[in-house]
Amino acid sequence: MTKTMTDVVCPFCGTLCDDLEVSLSDDGKQILEVYNACVIGTEKFLHSQAKDRVTRPRMRQEDGSWKEVSYDEAVEYTAKILANAKKPLMYGWSSTNCEAQSVGHEIAEMCGACVDNTAAVCHGTTLIAVQDIGIPSCTLGEIKNRADRIIFWGCNPAHAHPRHMSRYSIYPRGFFTGKGHKSRKIVVVDPRVTDTASLADIHLQVEQGRDYELLNALRVALNNEWLPDVVAGIPQEKIREVAEVCKSGRFGIIFFGMGVTQSLSKNHNIDEAIALTKHLNEFTKFSIMPMRGHYNVTGSGEVLAWQFGFPYSVDLSRGFARYNPGDTSTIDLLLRGEVDAMLTIASDPGAHFPISAVKQIAKIPSVAIDPHLTPTTGVSKLHVPVAFVGVEVGGNAYRMDNVPIDTRKVVDPPAGMLTDEEFLTKVRDRVKQLKGVK
Amino acid sequence: METVTITMKNPPQLYLEADNVTPDKFAGKSASQIAELHVYEGNTTSTLGKYFEVAGSAGATAADTKIVVKGDVSKVKYLGMKMSAGELVIEGSADQYVGAWMSGGKLLVKGNVDAFAATGMKGGELTIEGNAGNYLGAAYRGDWRGMSGGKILVKGNAGSDVGMYMLGGEIVVNGNIDVHVMTHAEGGKVIIKGNAKSKLGGQLVDGTIIVFGTIDVMMPGYKPVGEAELEIDGVKAKFAHFIGDTGERKKKRKGQVIYGNLYKKL
Repeated sequence: MTKTMTDVVCPFCGTLCDDLEVSLSDDGKQILEVYNACVIGTEKFLHSQAKDRVTRPRMRQEDGSWKEVSYDEAVEYTAKILANAKKPLMYGWSSTNCEAQSVGHEIAEMCGACVDNTAAVCHGTTLIAVQDIGIPSCTLGEIKNRADRIIFWGCNPAHAHPRHMSRYSIYPRGFFTGKGHKSRKIVVVDPRVTDTASLADIHLQVEQGRDYELLNALRVALNNEWLPDVVAGIPQEKIREVAEVCKSGRFGIIFFGMGVTQSLSKNHNIDEAIALTKHLNEFTKFSIMPMRGHYNVTGSGEVLAWQFGFPYSVDLSRGFARYNPGDTSTIDLLLRGEVDAMLTIASDPGAHFPISAVKQIAKIPSVAIDPHLTPTTGVSKLHVPVAFVGVEVGGNAYRMDNVPIDTRKVVDPPAGMLTDEEFLTKVRDRVKQLKGVK
Repeated sequence: METVTITMKNPPQLYLEADNVTPDKFAGKSASQIAELHVYEGNTTSTLGKYFEVAGSAGATAADTKIVVKGDVSKVKYLGMKMSAGELVIEGSADQYVGAWMSGGKLLVKGNVDAFAATGMKGGELTIEGNAGNYLGAAYRGDWRGMSGGKILVKGNAGSDVGMYMLGGEIVVNGNIDVHVMTHAEGGKVIIKGNAKSKLGGQLVDGTIIVFGTIDVMMPGYKPVGEAELEIDGVKAKFAHFIGDTGERKKKRKGQVIYGNLYKKL
C-alpha cells in the first residue's frame, strides 16, 4: 500500500500551488508520483530522488578537480571568506525558506555585506517602481472570484507559471465569475505570438522596447487626448478600444513579467503600468500584480524589507542599510569589481548573469549553496549541497501576491545532509567567533 | 582663496567612499588634519592620508577653500557630496555620486563621471568636460525630489534618466543623450544640443525640454501645437512645440491647465 500525502505545497514558481498530492513508498522514504502539479513542479519533486545527487560539500582543488570535504570544513571556509572580506556579497535566497534567509541576514550584518536576491535580474525594477509610486494590488483569490478583465503584459504564464491560468486568472469559476473563462476578457501584450497570446481576446503585438509608449498612450486615451495614428506598432483606434474594454469591466487586473521589467525602460515601464492602474480606478476597480518567478523571491523581499527596510540590493558595508540599484545591485557590484567574496544560495547566477559577471565570481573566493549541480556551483570554489526546501524540509514562503504559505516536508533528505538554515546557522556561529561578537 | 591638493598615491583594491572630500569638511584644517579625515573601503574605515597625499592648507571657510584632486580617482565615489561653497576641481574621471546633493560652489570635472552625479542637487555649478553617466541630476532612489536648483553643463554625452523627478535648475548637454529625460519632473529645464533617443518627458508634470538634434521616437503623450522661436545662449532658432505629458496628472493655474513643454529644432 502506498501512502498519499495531500495539500503539499509546490516549491517551484511564485504561484506556490498548495493542492499537490504526493504518493510515497510504504516506508515513506521514496516519492513515487506527484499529482496535480505542472510538469516543472513534478520534476522538482522527482529530481530530489536522483541517485547521482551530490550529498556532501566539495572543494575545488588547484588542478580544477573536486574533493569531498566535511560540512565542518565547508562551514570554516565560508565563515572565513565572509569575515575576512572588505565587501562580501550574499546573493540568491529565492529558492529557500524565510527562516534560512533570516539567519543569512544576521551573517550579512556582522560581515558588512551586500545582500541581494534574484529580483536583481527579475522583478527588482518592479520594486523600484513600487517605492516610487506605490502599488494598488490584491490577492490571487480576489482575482479568481472577481476579475473580469485580465491583462497579461510581457509575461507568458502558459510556460512560466503553468497552473496560474487554471487556478486564478483565466479558467476558474469564482463567486462573482460563475461562467469562468466566458465571464472574462483576456488582453495579452507581447511582441511574440506566445501560447498565452493564443488564448487572448485581444493580442496587442507591441513593438519591442516600446511598452512605455503604449502604456502612456493608454493613459492618454483615458484622458481623451490627442494620439498619433500609430503608437508602438498599434493603431490608435485599437488603443482606444482596449482602454474602453478596461473601463467597462467590473474588476480588472494587470499581470506583468520579464517582458517589461527587463526590457528597455525597466522600472519606468512598471511605474507607468502602476500609474495606468491608478488611472483606471477613476473608472472601475483595477489592480496590478508582478508574476514573481522563484517560489520564495517574494519572501526574500519581505524578510529583507522587514529587517533592513529595503526589498533587495541592500548594502550593509558601512553598518547601516543603503539601497540604490545601479550601485548596490549584484551585477553592477560584480562587473565593477566592487566585491571581494561571494556567497550564492538557492539561485543560479551562473546561468542567468552576463558572462563577464560570472567570470568575476570565478575570480574571487566563492561558495555556492545549492541542492543541484548548476553553472554557479561549477564556477564557485566550494559547493555545499543541502536539503530541498518544500520537499525535504518545510518552512515559510510567500506567494506572488504576498500571501505567506508554510511549505511541507514530504520525505527525509539523504542521511547526514544539512538544510540551508542548519548550514547557515553553523556559519553564523563561526562568524560570531571570528568577529568576536557575543 | 586657499588651495588644498590631494593626489591619489595608493589606489583602493575595491572602491573608495570619500564623502568628506568637500570644501565644507576641509575648511579650517591643515594638511595633516585633512589627512586624518575618514574614508571608507567596503566595511573598512581608514583615513584620507592612507590613499592620498595632501598638500597645502584650507581656507577658514568653505567659500575660501579650493580643492584640486589629482591622480586616478576613477574608483572614488561621493567626491564633493553636499558641498555648499568653495571650489572643487577633479583633474581626471570620477566614479558615482559626484556633487550629490551639492547646494553651492563650483565643481569642475575634467574627465568623465559615472552614474548619480548631482543627485538631488540644490544649487551651485557642476561642469563635466567629458561624459556623464546615468541619473544625472535625478532624485536618489525612492526620493521624489530630484535636482531643484543650480546649473549643470556636460560637454560630452549624458546617459539615461537625466533629470528624473527634477524640480528646478538647468542641465545643458552639448552632446547626445540616452533614453528617459526628465521622467516625473515637476519643473526645471534640460537643453540637449545633440541627439536624443526616446522617452523624453514621460510622466512629466511640468518642465521644459529643448532638443537641437533628432529624437528617435516621440512619446505619444506630447501633442504638437505649432512652432515657437526661442533664443538659447544668444542663438535664435525656430522650434516645433509640443505640450505634454497629456497622460499624466496636471497642475492648474487660474483655471488653466499647465503642461510641460518640449521643443525640437526645425
